[in-house]
Amino acid sequence: MSLFATHANYWFAILIMMIGLYGIIAKRNLIKQAIALGIFQTGIFLFYVSMAVINGGTVPVWFLDEAGKKYAGPYDNPLPHCLMLTAIVVSVSVFAVAIAIIVNIKHAYGTIEEDEILNLEAEAAAGSEA
Amino acid sequence: MKEQLVLRVVAKCLIPPILIFGCYIITHGELSPGGGFQGGIVLASAFILHALIHGRATLHQAFPRNLWATIATIGALIFAGVGTYSLLRGGQFLDYGWIVPSHPAKGEPWGMTLVEYGVGLTVCSVMVLIYDMISEPAEDDPTVDEDSA
Amino acid sequence: MSEQLLVDIGLLTLVTALAIAAIEVRSLFGAAMLAGVYSLVMALEWTTLHAIDVAFTEAAVGAGISTVLLIGALVHVGRDEKKPRRRVDLRGLVVVGITGAFLVYGTLDMPAFGDPQAPVHTHRAVRLVEQQVGKLPGGPGERHAAVENAADTAFEPTSVVGSDPLDLVDDFAGHVPNMVTSVLATYRGYDTMFETVVILIAGMSMMLLLQRRRKDVR
Repeated sequence: MSLFATHANYWFAILIMMIGLYGIIAKRNLIKQAIALGIFQTGIFLFYVSMAVINGGTVPVWFLDEAGKKYAGPYDNPLPHCLMLTAIVVSVSVFAVAIAIIVNIKHAYGTIEEDEILNLEAEAAAGSEA
Repeated sequence: MKEQLVLRVVAKCLIPPILIFGCYIITHGELSPGGGFQGGIVLASAFILHALIHGRATLHQAFPRNLWATIATIGALIFAGVGTYSLLRGGQFLDYGWIVPSHPAKGEPWGMTLVEYGVGLTVCSVMVLIYDMISEPAEDDPTVDEDSA
Repeated sequence: MSEQLLVDIGLLTLVTALAIAAIEVRSLFGAAMLAGVYSLVMALEWTTLHAIDVAFTEAAVGAGISTVLLIGALVHVGRDEKKPRRRVDLRGLVVVGITGAFLVYGTLDMPAFGDPQAPVHTHRAVRLVEQQVGKLPGGPGERHAAVENAADTAFEPTSVVGSDPLDLVDDFAGHVPNMVTSVLATYRGYDTMFETVVILIAGMSMMLLLQRRRKDVR
C-alpha cells in the first residue's frame, strides 16, 4: 500500500496517457482522435505537476503571514507549473489547427471516418491508374 | 438568439464584468494567480458571448477580422519589442534590468507587466479569431479544388 | 493516507472514468460535452495539487475554448460517429498495455510523491523560488544582485504612495509575489515569447484553412 501511496499520481497519469493513446490508435473518427490527443496531453501535465508537489508545501505565490513577514515555509516548486502552462497553450493551438484540418477533410471527402477516407483515396488512385 | 429575452438581458449584464475581470487578471498577473494567457482567454470569452447572442454580423461591424489579426501581431511585437529595447540599451535580449538602468530591481516588474500585456492581447485576439473562423456557416462552395477526390 | 491524497485519488478516479467515457461514447456531441467536463474536473485536480495557475489555464482553455471549437466543428462535421466494427480493438489494447507496463516500470525509480528532497526541488528550483536567477555580472546585474541579497533578509512593505513615481505596488522589494509568472516572464522568457508566436501561428493557420473561397470574388 505504501508503494501505491507514493506513486499513485504517476500511475494515474500513465493510465490517462494510455487511455488517450488507445483512443488515437483504435478510434476511426477523426474528432475522437483529436479529443483523445487532448486527453493524452493532459496525462502528461498531470505527471509533471505531480512532481512539483512538496509535502506541507503551499501554492507558489508569496504571501505575508500574520506577522507581516513573507511566509517562509515550503512553497511548491513553480518550475513544472510554468512549463505546463506553456504546454497547455501549445496543446490548445494544436487542437484548433487539428479541428480546422478536420473540417476541411469533411468538405473534401464528405466523411471523417478514417477507413472511408482511405477507401476513397485507394479508389481514386486505382481510378487514375486505369 | 437575440429574440430570447433572458439570454439577451443576462448577456448584457455579464459582458462588462467579464471584460473588467479579464483586464484584472492580466494586470494582476504578478500579484495573484493569473497572467497574460488566462486573462486573454477570459477577455476573449466576453467577445465570443456577444457574438453568440447578437450574431457575428454585429461583431464584424465593430471589430472586423483584420483588426483581430493586427492586434494579435501587435501583441507578439510588444513582447519582442521589450526584448529588443533592452538589447538596444546595451544588455541581453529580454534582460529586464536594463529597462530602468538606475534601479534594475524596478525594471523587472515593468518588463514583466509589459510582456504580459502583449501576451494578453495576442491570446484574446487569436481566440476570438478562432471562434470567428470556426463558426462561419457552411457555404455551398467549400475550399476544395475541383480535381481532388 | 492523508486527506489530500484521498481527495487526489478520488478526483483522479473520476477523471479516468470521464476520459474513458469521452472517447467511447458514440455521439460526438456527448463526446464534446464530456471533454469539457473532463477539463473542469482536471482543473479541480490541479487545485488539489496546489497548481493554481495551471488550474486557471486548464479551466479557461479546456472548458472554454476547446468546447466552443468542438461544437463549432460539429456543425460542419455531423453529430454521430459511425458504428465501429468491433467494440474493443484488441491490438490497440495490447500495444497500450505494453507501453503502460514499461512506463510503470520506469516510475518505480522515481522519488516518492511529495518528497522534499527530490532532485527537482534541490537544484535550480531553490534559487528560482527566491527569485535570484539570471542576472549578468558586471552590468546593472551586479547592482541587481546586491539589491536582491539585501532584500532577502526582510520582506517588508517598502513603498509609501507617491514617494517614487517608479514604485509599482509590490510589497516585496522588487520581486513579484507570483513565482510562476516570474519564472514564466524572466527565467523562461524565451519559451513564453515563442509560445505567443505559436498561438499567433495557430490563429493565422485557422484563417488560412477555413477561409471560404467564394465564386463571386469581391
